Amino acid sequence: MKASSARITVYSLRIEEPEPGDIVVFISGRLSLTEFNSFSSDLRSMLNGRSFHRLTLNLGGITYLDSAGTLALYQLEEEYRERSVPVVLQDASERITGILNLLNRKAHHISPLIPPRKSTHALERIGEATRMMGADFFLVMSFVGKLLTAMLGSFCNPSSIRWREVLFYMKSTGVDGLPIVGLISLLLGLIMAFMSSLQLRQFGAGIYVASLLAMAMVKELGPIMTAIIVAGRSGSAFAAEIGTMIVNDEVNALETMGFEPTRFLAVPKVLASMLVVPLLTIYADLFALLGGLLVGVFGLDLTAHTYIQQTRESIDVSDVFSSLIKAMVFAALIAGIGCQRGFQVRGDAASVGRSTTSAVVSAIFLIIVADSAFAIILHYIG
Amino acid sequence: MDREPVIAVENLRAVYGDATILEKVSFQVYGGEIFVILGGSGCGKSTLLKHVIGLLQPPAGRIVINGVDITDADEDARRRVQQTIGVLFQADALFGSLSLFENIALPLKEYTDLSPEIIHRLVSMKLALVNLAGYDNHMPSELSGGMRKRAAIARAMALDPLFLFFDEPWAGLDPVTAAELDILIRSINTAMGTTIVIVTQELASIFSIGQRVIMLDRDARGVIAEGTPRELKEQTRDPRVVNFFNRQAPAENG
Repeated sequence: MKASSARITVYSLRIEEPEPGDIVVFISGRLSLTEFNSFSSDLRSMLNGRSFHRLTLNLGGITYLDSAGTLALYQLEEEYRERSVPVVLQDASERITGILNLLNRKAHHISPLIPPRKSTHALERIGEATRMMGADFFLVMSFVGKLLTAMLGSFCNPSSIRWREVLFYMKSTGVDGLPIVGLISLLLGLIMAFMSSLQLRQFGAGIYVASLLAMAMVKELGPIMTAIIVAGRSGSAFAAEIGTMIVNDEVNALETMGFEPTRFLAVPKVLASMLVVPLLTIYADLFALLGGLLVGVFGLDLTAHTYIQQTRESIDVSDVFSSLIKAMVFAALIAGIGCQRGFQVRGDAASVGRSTTSAVVSAIFLIIVADSAFAIILHYIG
Repeated sequence: MDREPVIAVENLRAVYGDATILEKVSFQVYGGEIFVILGGSGCGKSTLLKHVIGLLQPPAGRIVINGVDITDADEDARRRVQQTIGVLFQADALFGSLSLFENIALPLKEYTDLSPEIIHRLVSMKLALVNLAGYDNHMPSELSGGMRKRAAIARAMALDPLFLFFDEPWAGLDPVTAAELDILIRSINTAMGTTIVIVTQELASIFSIGQRVIMLDRDARGVIAEGTPRELKEQTRDPRVVNFFNRQAPAENG
């Protein structure tokens, strides 16, 4: 009988009954993974409905056998042995016998050494997540301590700072981010000015678009938007860089050479970010105000001079100064948490991915928390 | 042994950026043999392997696997050839986020319509074959280097490939584990008839399992010797081969 597969028939089955109740199946051709299902069903349909007390599988004609083909034979053997029908494998060539001996027919009966990782109960998961958050908090605090010590040590001895690295990270965090920060800020300014002009124009208060945009951007949105972009661009890069170094044992190599990894790797990144993010924030503010100016001039028929004058009256130096302080704190948080998440990497590439994601999410969370703190502090300072 | 060449590399040229690493490399691998590509660091062994398994496209030359010229084949034909290939990468390349069972079951789930029970039995067989029975639920990070190598071999063998390619299989293994790996490779080759191509610079294991060897040289940018391991060691006069087999620096040879 030919295999009833839609594929090219590569095996054949022939059945004989030399004595009543003694069945011999002659199998020839190729028995592999691709033929597993068709072979198993062909053989079963051939044997179904027959009554026999002994089954012999003659393997003399098999030209190719792999592990799936072997499994098909073993399965049939097991099935009929359970029905108390002895199964004999006969006439196997040396190579086929080699394969049959190589593969363990009872492998699937071997219990796993550890149980499968099951999804746990919701309450258990909440508990575990809470415990992890607590542990994470302590890890972050411990890193903050290390980082502050390293920063203080570096400031006390500025020649120990790796200034070349600082310049490199200033370029990658600041200069390389100019196009995207500029574009997003310009668009943000345009959108805010346009949307607010729709409302304010109804009351003849179009001039206050300049005030609204200046206050919103300089006091709040400029530092926050810049910080979020830097978190996405550079915070994640810091985490991935340090994480990959951990995976490749580069951090261990630093330690064995007597370097303090936090001082060697984190300080240049944090310092560079703290220097460059305030500048990036001013740049973002200017582009957003430019966006507002375009709406003011072309949408509200204001002159450029009037718009700039109104902007200058809406903010003072202290607003710009507090915005720069904010930006500096945000930068320290972004770079710090990026480095901390990088140092937290253990094991494999997936861990680097997790730490990178965590660096961005944690940085954004910390930015918002710090901004809330600033809002309260600045309110009371007046 | 079936003496039909199943892999034929003809006048292959390999480049890295602007630099030519290999020039006019030709060799043939016969069905069911253990073929070794030998050479010092930086001679282009791994690059050659990447070309043969279709990961890199050569700027010149032909690579014919089982009658299909993979340098000229369309994407589908190349994928079909790649399904007949199992590769053990130097850094094992197990998927770190998947358990051993999931690693090995992945190609079976992707390319076959076998039931979950059959897949489970096949994976158990493969794990038992590489002496990792019971490690189904372990993650790669929970295993030693030697165990990860064996697990990666089990994954490479998931679809019972016609060809197995090993890139530096003995790198980082202790002598006992390396010898165990030799036995495993030999038994797979003998029992399953799998054609095995090994890229390495380890001498001990070449003599243990290698049937035919080609040796590449960085300066020659190609094959400088071909034969059985013993022929290369005892009969070749080429000082580069002599130095390699005698573990001598060029100056020592005078």
